[in-house]
Amino acid sequence: MVAIIDYNAGNIKSVMKAFNYIGEEAVCTRDFKEIQKADKVVLPGVGSFQYAMNELKRFELDKAIYDVVDRNVPFLGICLGLQLLFNGSDENPDCEGLSLLDGYIYKIPEDNCLKVPHIGWNSLNLSNDGTLFNGIDNNSFVYFVHSYYLKANDPTIVKASCDYGVTIHASVEKDNIYACQFHPEKSSSVGLKILKNFAEIGYAH
Amino acid sequence: MHTKRIIPCLDVKDARVVKGINFVNLKDAGDPVSVAKAYDKAGADEVVFLDITASSDNRDTVVDMVRDVAANVFIPFTVGGGIRTVDDFKLLLREGADKISINSSAIDNPDLISDAADRFGSQCVVVAIDAKRRDDEGWNIYKHGGRIDCGIDAVKWAKEAEKRGAGEILLTSMDCDGTKAGYDIKLTKAISDAVSIPVIASGGAGSKEHFKEALTVGGAEAALAASLFHYKELEIKELKEYLRDNDVPVRL
Repeated sequence: MVAIIDYNAGNIKSVMKAFNYIGEEAVCTRDFKEIQKADKVVLPGVGSFQYAMNELKRFELDKAIYDVVDRNVPFLGICLGLQLLFNGSDENPDCEGLSLLDGYIYKIPEDNCLKVPHIGWNSLNLSNDGTLFNGIDNNSFVYFVHSYYLKANDPTIVKASCDYGVTIHASVEKDNIYACQFHPEKSSSVGLKILKNFAEIGYAH
Repeated sequence: MHTKRIIPCLDVKDARVVKGINFVNLKDAGDPVSVAKAYDKAGADEVVFLDITASSDNRDTVVDMVRDVAANVFIPFTVGGGIRTVDDFKLLLREGADKISINSSAIDNPDLISDAADRFGSQCVVVAIDAKRRDDEGWNIYKHGGRIDCGIDAVKWAKEAEKRGAGEILLTSMDCDGTKAGYDIKLTKAISDAVSIPVIASGGAGSKEHFKEALTVGGAEAALAASLFHYKELEIKELKEYLRDNDVPVRL
């Protein structure tokens, strides 16, 4: 069962519905015990960095996240859920992130004749053989909606990046932590395959 | 490679797609889920559902529709028509809509833009603008399906919407809508230059060249059309191949 962490962050049912569509049981929850007993945990999210961190703390979900990551349960952050895993963000410089991974979230510069937020389909440059991208072609398109982007400090954890005036680290993997800046649940067949790859981690093929 | 988006718009009444959709192999051309799935397969980058149900008694049917679409279609979709309050936003987003488009309600109550953006994020707030040319070459915005001239300049309103936290502008030219003579490129460019958020061009598409114009000269990030796609006058794949061959980046 996949537990999707519910911290009042908007449209999280889409992630649940995408897992259901590919035949995975999924539940939206903020119950510590329910999160603890899940095989996989997903941190979705739209909204602001600080609001999300405050909500996570308010429901003690930060502790639940540290717990599942410590116990080596496969963990997937999506969009803001990726950003929260890092040290901090230009969006709210005074607000500390979960710091599970080393890197920082920067504002996408507006001086490149490119519109901000970055909304739409962008192609991925795959690197370092990411588990989530097993069976996915290089330059496949996925759907992005964001104004802030990740620069990870360790390039070896970056499994996909894309270009939007700057190089955006679009997906990272380290040990049992997986994360995507884009929305796999909105990226048509490519996105569903990425979720399938996550759901199948730990199962023999 | 960041790409420009092609968006079919579906008019929905009582949760049924209206205006004939001419898809081969589509068992139920009125079913929003089937139609949206067919468009996903055809290569549409997003889908917009515009609820034209006259009365507000049928909100539940829209919510049911959103729930069904979100469970079966995995590209982004926008819902517009009759959304008046932050609670309406909440209900539709919670069931899986990605973006909510507001028009008259944003003009009547601009705080709705900021309130929704603060609560749910700018990414889901689309401000739809119906604009019509004035005698002096500018454009005014209209509300209530184009029936009422608000006496407000379209460029000024677009800037205001951006300032208040809109994530995108869905810009329809009332002069061009239904003509198939092409998008209003001047209007599209004027708005696109005035704001830094993406502009979706709408109204007037009749050929592949029209899309190219809107996405290049017009500066639009996305182009929307309805009947052209529904009646298969233009296949999305063929359109995208044309755009690619003319150096407009698209997802293929």
